[in-house]
Amino acid sequence: MVDVAQPLLALAGAFVVFAIVAMYRVVTGPTLHDRVIAVNVVGTNTVVAISLAAGAFEEPVFLDIALVYALLNFLLSIAISKFSVEHGGVL
Amino acid sequence: MVLELVALALAIGGAFFAMVAAVGLVRLPDVYTRIHAASKSDTLGALMSVAAVALVIQTETATLKALFLLLFLFLTNPTAAHAIARAAQDQGIEPWTVDDPDGGEDA
Repeated sequence: MVDVAQPLLALAGAFVVFAIVAMYRVVTGPTLHDRVIAVNVVGTNTVVAISLAAGAFEEPVFLDIALVYALLNFLLSIAISKFSVEHGGVL
Repeated sequence: MVLELVALALAIGGAFFAMVAAVGLVRLPDVYTRIHAASKSDTLGALMSVAAVALVIQTETATLKALFLLLFLFLTNPTAAHAIARAAQDQGIEPWTVDDPDGGEDA
């Protein structure tokens, strides 16, 4: 039996570090779309970190939170890309 | 035993691809190349890590939830990147080329 909880937690920490690295692109831009795609990456990494924590702590409830967070993340990207174009005709 | 090792390998590979996405997001020259790095590498990294969670977690409904999360990330992440790329193109942002004198940093 391999103890998998500690490595999963460490990898969740690694995902948080990569989200912080992506925050550099949110701050420096230069265009709006750079910021949106970087925020999207930060959100995806957060979802993965939450689900890795769910695996490490054996807490299935965390997966519900991760699902809702993924939905909100998708909605944010679609909404911003839609309303940044004049007639909203992106998709 | 084997299941845990496979899950660990998947999670470590997922973290590697997330690192590739973060490096690409910081280093690449313009919006389109950054979207390319973020959408593909980050989606693969997320899929591998969530698959590892689906293998490791004990409850059956939790495995199902992890699989739904995996499917959902697989569908939405490239769609969002596509929408952002379309919006960038509609606003007239030119793709970076090699003979761009300023290296595309303000593209």
